[in-house]
Parts: sequence; structure tokens; C-alpha cells
Amino acid sequence: MRYRNIAAVAVSTAVVASLAAACSSGGSSSSGGSGGGGSSGGRGPITVVQGKDNSNTIPTLTQMWNSTHPNEKVTFKQQSDSADDQLSDLQQHFQAKDPNYDVVSVDVIWTAQFAAQGWIEPLKGQYALPTDALLPATVKAATYAGTLFAAPSSSDGGLLYYRKDLVPTAPKTWDEMIADCKKATAGMGCYAGQYANYEGLTVNAAEAINTAGGVFVKEDGKTPNVDTPEAKKGLDFLVNGFKQGYIPKDAIGFKETESLNAFQTGKLLFMRQWPYGVSILNTASNSVVKGKFGIAPLPGLTADKPGASSLGGHSWAMSVYGKHKATAIDFMKFSESDPVQKYLLTQASLAPVTTALYSDPTLVAKAPYLPTLLQSIQNAVPRPVTPFYPAVTKAIETNVYAALQGQKSSEQALKDLQAAINSAASGGG
Amino acid sequence: MTSSVQAPPAPSGEATIEQPKRGFPWGVVGSYASIIIILIWCLAPFYYMTIMAFRDPNYALDTSLLPRHLTLSNFKYAFNTTNNHFGRSLVNGVIIGTCVTVVGMAVGVFAAYAMARLQFRFKYAILGAVLAASMFPGVAILTPLFQLFSNWGWLGTYQGLIVPQISGALPLAVFILTSFFTDMPWELEQAARVDGATPGQAFRLVILPLAAPALFTCAILIFLSVWNEYLLSSVLYNGNDNVAPPTVALAKFTAGPHVIPYTQTMAAGLIVVIPLVIVVLLCQRRIVSGLTAGGVKG
Amino acid sequence: MSHMQSVPGGVEQEALAEEKELVEGYRPEKGRKKIATGEGRLAFFLVTPTVLLLALIVGYPVVKAIISSFQKDRGLDTATGFFNQGGGFAGFANYKTWLLQQCPAPGGGTVKCPPGTLASEFWASVGFTLGVTIVAVALETVIGMIMALMMHKAFKGRGIVRAAILIPWAIPTAVSAKLWQVIYAPGGVADSILHHNIIWSEKWPARIAIVITDTWKTTPFMALLILAGLQGIPDELYESAKVDGASAWQRFWRITLPLVKPALAVALIFRSLDTLRMYDLPAILTGGANGTSTLSILVVKQIQSGPNSASALSTITFIFIFACAFVLVKALGASIMPRPAAKGR
Repeated sequence: MRYRNIAAVAVSTAVVASLAAACSSGGSSSSGGSGGGGSSGGRGPITVVQGKDNSNTIPTLTQMWNSTHPNEKVTFKQQSDSADDQLSDLQQHFQAKDPNYDVVSVDVIWTAQFAAQGWIEPLKGQYALPTDALLPATVKAATYAGTLFAAPSSSDGGLLYYRKDLVPTAPKTWDEMIADCKKATAGMGCYAGQYANYEGLTVNAAEAINTAGGVFVKEDGKTPNVDTPEAKKGLDFLVNGFKQGYIPKDAIGFKETESLNAFQTGKLLFMRQWPYGVSILNTASNSVVKGKFGIAPLPGLTADKPGASSLGGHSWAMSVYGKHKATAIDFMKFSESDPVQKYLLTQASLAPVTTALYSDPTLVAKAPYLPTLLQSIQNAVPRPVTPFYPAVTKAIETNVYAALQGQKSSEQALKDLQAAINSAASGGG
Repeated sequence: MTSSVQAPPAPSGEATIEQPKRGFPWGVVGSYASIIIILIWCLAPFYYMTIMAFRDPNYALDTSLLPRHLTLSNFKYAFNTTNNHFGRSLVNGVIIGTCVTVVGMAVGVFAAYAMARLQFRFKYAILGAVLAASMFPGVAILTPLFQLFSNWGWLGTYQGLIVPQISGALPLAVFILTSFFTDMPWELEQAARVDGATPGQAFRLVILPLAAPALFTCAILIFLSVWNEYLLSSVLYNGNDNVAPPTVALAKFTAGPHVIPYTQTMAAGLIVVIPLVIVVLLCQRRIVSGLTAGGVKG
Repeated sequence: MSHMQSVPGGVEQEALAEEKELVEGYRPEKGRKKIATGEGRLAFFLVTPTVLLLALIVGYPVVKAIISSFQKDRGLDTATGFFNQGGGFAGFANYKTWLLQQCPAPGGGTVKCPPGTLASEFWASVGFTLGVTIVAVALETVIGMIMALMMHKAFKGRGIVRAAILIPWAIPTAVSAKLWQVIYAPGGVADSILHHNIIWSEKWPARIAIVITDTWKTTPFMALLILAGLQGIPDELYESAKVDGASAWQRFWRITLPLVKPALAVALIFRSLDTLRMYDLPAILTGGANGTSTLSILVVKQIQSGPNSASALSTITFIFIFACAFVLVKALGASIMPRPAAKGR
């Protein structure tokens, strides 16, 4: 046996292989379509990338599209369940200028940064998309620097779940809800949302602050304006909740699952939650609230205006590196069409983006919370639309979390938040 | 009369009773008690992992320390590919581990031989450089490799995961094998040379076969450390489940969007751990001697 | 690398001793015999692949990172609203951001990094990294020493104990992090054993949880290394000490400790360096939240939003670790006696 020869061969093979890889894969990074413009002859098969299809909608959608577009077949690629992983996956493929991702599903909070990076195609000119039938909040969230960059495909808003066996009418204001707390039975917390140190905290904090009339940033999307009395009022609603006890102490670790679990097992009187919880509460085996809970818009500061909810949902965006952009834009329009929107609601509980569908009788029969959800979305405020969203949301999460834990006063938290958003929006953090 | 009783010198394998004959034998009881404490320390969490792996997910928050609500469903779920690609990650672990081990040892054994047997300029400088290379934290090479691999399209590929780990395997191999070769008696090679063998032949026919146990130990230690690796793999696998090693697959293990998979994760973890524990137990003497190579002698 | 278990052993002692020499002044060996051409050339061929591979995989990235750390990350062109390419010369700006807490302010200039930015966590991270290293390594050493002493007392079943001790070492860190995550779950086993609902996601409970988990995993390993050192101490020393009337404590202090110091020192240095690089455990157990971010975690978080700044931070990190290594070697180096040269001659 020739050890030395084998070793020499192995090492040189490895070296040669790496050099070869280096030289050859230069190809993939230099290819890629030119941004903007481009001939409208860009038709052909496309790959559509989205998160995990937990409700098995892909086969039907694929069939619906492919049957009418035999030469422009769509292939879906599923990413992981975790939003952070989905984001990293998209960032990586865009940075590598991958031409294989034609249409990608973006969370409403990612649109601005993808647009600013020059990764997604502005939807104007030959790629224009009509937006009159769409919910205004969803269009606003998909717009950056005055241009539409993504096609809203599904929407979401926060709702108030309440135990209607204990509280016959849902509270319309924060004060009413706090007064209703005494109707909670023993061992039951009063109200909870999602307050763990993650994106859900930004959602809940945004709702509280926006409901009280405050904002995080001004209209330009980057100048912070959060150090105001209105914002303090909103933040105090949550801070006092922990101090005075109408928000249970362990809610500081709640994400969606934990808060839903608490309501499901009868440990909460009121819960702020996305609509997906409705079917789970009605069907889960350990749910003690079947038929005993109701849905209402989030309580506001005063009785005349419901609380502002945070806009959720996803949009479709077109990669500038894709080769078949004409097909891509058609697919995006297809996904906003009524049949597809209806299917997504009935199959996957994804709220539609078309205003008219909210009053469609068949849909309302399927999902009775739809009119309430419409109200919620119409009163929804998008989270800050900024290309530095990751840094901004981190600034919000860190400072709000510290305030909720009592580590700093709400005034200090808002001051620090103002400074942090300034820094984040200037490229720091 | 001396007040202390001198026990006869005991062979070094037995406890000497230090007290005078009267009184409770604290020494013996103490040493057995302490052994039990050590056993509990080492094995209790592992035991907990086992009972949770067999516990029905609906009772995940049942804090009983006895095996309860037994089921095999967690193990079935571990290989279910709807949400995870755990089975694939085991294969990936074997592939990556084998490649890193082979390359690390194939390259390292020659350097180790040179370090142990030959005199040459810069010998200690090179040894120091190898030591320094192993002291860099993973993050020091992570950022540039991430960008480099991003340009080469190596993110989410096997080579992207194998190559960086050689940075740790190679120094490990060099250290273990250098120590081993140093302790090896020179006479054997001398004898072979006297018999007319070239240095190369002496190495191949005399040293390597004798070094087989050390090579084996070295291979095991490198393989184990590759299976332990998380930092580089978790970033460089880039979301591609087809190349993710078991540590990454386990860290991301999920049972659906709104569920915390306590028991399922423990089952998957047990599947990863059992083979490792078996290998370690079978080879414990080798491993322990490899880890303490040369540290005790002299 | 951070994932590799340290393998302290004789070669390391030698290498450390030689490093000490190199560090303190190169003293070329006088009178060393001229290297026979054949031997030198053979050595060259044998050693080059290793050196080359390490230069490629470790040397080149580290150098590249240092170069990148002086470049700017992508910035936003406020006029168009789009990102530019980045890559211009930034001088020490990235370093100042981390070390001096100078974050960009709107309209140019810098401002002290406000809480909520990643940069503001730098010093807290340094504190936590150092703190967890000192506390965990101290605990591991003391408890490991006690375990080693226990195991050293001969008895039946020593094999079982040695086998049991290897189990925490054999479990990959990521797996043990997941295991302890289940143990620390709200309403889980830890809470029920302690009869107290501890909110593990607060700062000090989270930090203590990390120390406990790390100590659990590596104390047995330390015990093993110390035991190896103990076994090298001849029994006759103890016997004659007993004859001279030394008490158990005196025997420990005067005989055991000094003679086990070399093994102890090497183990301590390598464990400390390993703990300073800690990533897997806090990343999986807490995600680095609630004040449990180590420097490695900070670097990884920074990579996505600004690779050049991440390079600066990783350079700071490895300089910090090397500095700690230097301090440790200086302090403990005297205990590490080079082995009598057994170079096979």
C-alpha cells in the first residue's frame, strides 16, 4: 500500500477540486438578468418560493395555473417554517444573484429592505399591477419610495379573543377591558398578547402605541417620532399591565403558541391573537373554550375608534435576476384573482387582500370572523417601512422588553428607542 | 506506643484506611457515596432525556421523573420528513465526518511523523503555528469564508461544510499523532533500517501498523468533534437541509408552526447520542489515553 | 476551532513551553548539528501539506477578515432610497463602533450607541464572556478536582464511573443544549424539582442556566484530565508523608497539588480558551437573549447586516482571546515543565 502516494493524490485532488469549483462556479454569480427593463419576451417556466405549506395548498394552485399555462409551468419551492430562516434563505439567494428564484413570498416587513437592495423588480410600466380592489393598508405596506414593489397576496390583522360566557359584550376601550378583569375566575389571567423578545413583541408594542395615537417613525419611514406623550400612553398600557397585574407575569415569555395555549386551557379572559387561532380553539382536544369564545376588533383608547392592529400577511415579489418576468407578473396577478383568494381562505385560513371578498356571503359563512377581521385590517398600521427593518425591530424589541420587565421606565425606554431607531436608520446597529 | 495505626503498605489498587480501627469507616462509605454522586451528576440528565424521548407528546409537560406514558411515536416522528429532514442529517453527519477525518488524518500523520522524528529548521515555529491555528475562534474564519463560499456557490454544499472543519481536525491529528510517534521507541525503525529498509518503507511497514491503535483513536476523536460542531455548520449550510449535520437539524427541529416539540426533540437527540455513546464506551480506554496523550508520562 | 474539544497533552505542554520561549525571545539552539539535506527535504515534503492546508483554511480567511474590517459596509443612499455597494475605505470606523460605541447618527457624525442596537451589546457581551469563563472554569476545576480525587481512591467499579464520566462529554453540545432547554422549560422539571416557578428568561437565571449546563458537560472531562495527572503521582510519596505524620489536607496541599499542576494548568488554559469561544450553548439555549450573548454570538448576528463590521468584531474577538491566552500562559506557564526531551534519539 502506498500511503504517501495515496495521501498525495488525495490532497492534490482536493486542491484541484476546490480550484475547479472556484473557477467554474464563477459562472453562476455573473449570470442574472439586468435590473428593470428587459424584453417582454420573458416567458417560460418559473419557480415560486414560499414558506412551509402547512395547509397543502400547493398542489391545487399548481394545477390551477399549469392547466391554463402549459408552456409556463410553475414549480413551488417550500422553505422552512421559521420566518428567520426564510429571510436568510432569500437574502442568500439574492446576494448570489440566483436566477432560479423567479417569484418569492415576502413578509410585509421585508419588502422595503429587498426593494432598497435592488433585489426585487418595481411593479410599474410593463409590470404594473392594479391596486384599486386591494385593501389600502396592504398596498401601503408593499410600497417603498413611492413605488409598488410587491403584490399583496394574503393579509392578517390582530383580533381580540374574549370569553363570551363570562363577558357577554366585548370591551371597546382599554378602560372597559381592565374593568372587565374582575369577571375573570380564579386562576385566570386577564389579558395577554405576545411579549417575548421577538418580532411578536414589535407587533404588540406597535398596536399599543398606534392605538394611543403614537407612531414609531414619521411618514418618511425613517425619522423616529416615538418619544411623544401618545406613545408613552400606549406603552404604559402594557407596562402597567405587568405592574398592576392585568397581564400575568409569565406572559413575558409568550409567543403565539404560549398565549394560545393559555387561552385554550382557560387561563386567560382576553387574548390578542392572529385569526389562525379560531379553528384551533374550536377543534383542539384540550380546548376548554369551544363555543365559549368570541372575536372582536382590538379595543381602542376611546369608544369611537377601534384599536389599531399591526398589519400582517405576505406579498409576492419578482426577483430582478429571474429570466421569465412576464410569466412572473402574470402569476402574481393570478394569485390576487378571486378564485385563488377564496381558495386560500377556505383551505389555509389566509385572509384575502381584496376588499370586496370580505362581504362575500359564502366566505363569511365559512369564516364568521371575516367582517371583524376586515375592520381590524382597515384600522391596521403597518410596522415601520424601512430598509433597516431588522435593526429597527431589534431596537423596538430590546427597549420595550426592558420596559415591560421593569428594568427601565417607559420614558427612558422611549428616549432610548428614539435614539436607537435614529442610529439604525443611519446604518448602524 | 504510637497512637496511630500504621496500615501495611497497600498495593495501589485498594483503599487505605486512614483512621484508627475504631469508628465509622468514613473513608469507604465516603468514597462510595461520592461515586454515587458522580454517577447521578453524569447520568441524571441523560436518563431524563431517555424518559422524555419515550413520553407521549401530549404529556410533554408532565414533570414526573419516572417513565410514564410510554410510546414510540416520537421516534417515528423523528424520521417523518414533513417538517424535518433528520434522517438525512444523520447521513450527512457520516459523510462530513468521514471526509474530514480522512483528510485530517491523511495530511496530519505525515506532519506528525516529521515533528516526532526529524530535526529541521522552524520545527517549533511550525508546531506553534499549528497550535495558534487551532486557537482561532470559529467566528474568525466564518465571515470571510461565508462571503467566499457565497461567491463560489459553495454555501449549502458538502464541500462548504467539510473544508472549514479541517481547520480543527488537522491540528488535533497533528497533536495526538506527534505525541504518539514521539513516545514510540526509535529502535524499531532503526532495526528496520539496519535490515535495509528505506525510511519510507520503515514508515509503511513498521511504524504505521504499530500506530494503528493511535490512528484509530485519533480518527474517533476527530469524528466525534465533527459531530459536535455547530457554529460553522449552522451558518454555512445556508438552509439547505440536504447537507445539514445532525446538530443543526436538531437545533431547528420543529413539529409544526405552533408547537414546541419537547419529546420529539428528545427522541431525535437520543438517536444521535446512542451510537456516539456506544462508540465512546467501547473505546473508552483508547479515548482516555488519547485525550491525555503524553500528559502523564515523564 | 471552537467546535473541537481541546486535547491537552504532552505535546501541548511542549508547544506551550516552546511558545513561551519564542515569546520571550528567540534563542537559536547553538551547536545544533547541521541538518542533513535528506532529512530537511523529507521533513519539508511531510510538513508542507499541513502548513499549506492550514494557511488556506485559517490563515487566508483571517487575513481577509482583517482587510475587510477596514472597509465600509453597504450604506443607504438617502436620495434614491437604495443601497450602494459599500467597500470603500473606512479606516478604524468599524472598530470604533464596537470598542468606543460610536454609532452613525442621522446626517453624518457619530453618537453613543443607544440601547437596542447590536453595537451597544458589545461591552456587556465581553463582560458576560469573561464572567462565564471565569465562573464556569473555576467551578469545573474545583468540582473536577474533587471528582478526580474521589475516583482516585481505588474501589471496584471504577470502570463504570469512567464510562459514566465520558457520557456528558460524548453528547454533542447542541444536543445537550436542547436537553437542558427542555429541563428549563416553563413548568418543566427544573421548576418542579426546585418547587419554584423560575422565569428562566430573565437575565440572571438565564446566565446561571448557561453556567450550570456548561459545567455539567465539561466537569467530567476536567476530572478525567486531572485524574490522569493524579495517577502519575507515585504512591511512595504519600506513604512517606504519612510516615512523617502529614494529615490528609497537608498531603493534598504539599504533594498532590504541586505534582498535578502541569496537567491542571494545561487543562485550565485549554478549557478557558474553549469557553471564551462559546457559541453553541447560549445560541441554542437562549438565542443570546437576556444578557447571555457571547462575543461569538454577536459576530454571527452581525454577519447578515454588515459583514465588514462583523469582520472587525471577529478580529477584536480573536485578539481578545489570544490576549487571554497570553495572560494565562504567563501566569501558569511556570507550572508547565517541558517534558524531558524524548525526541526519539
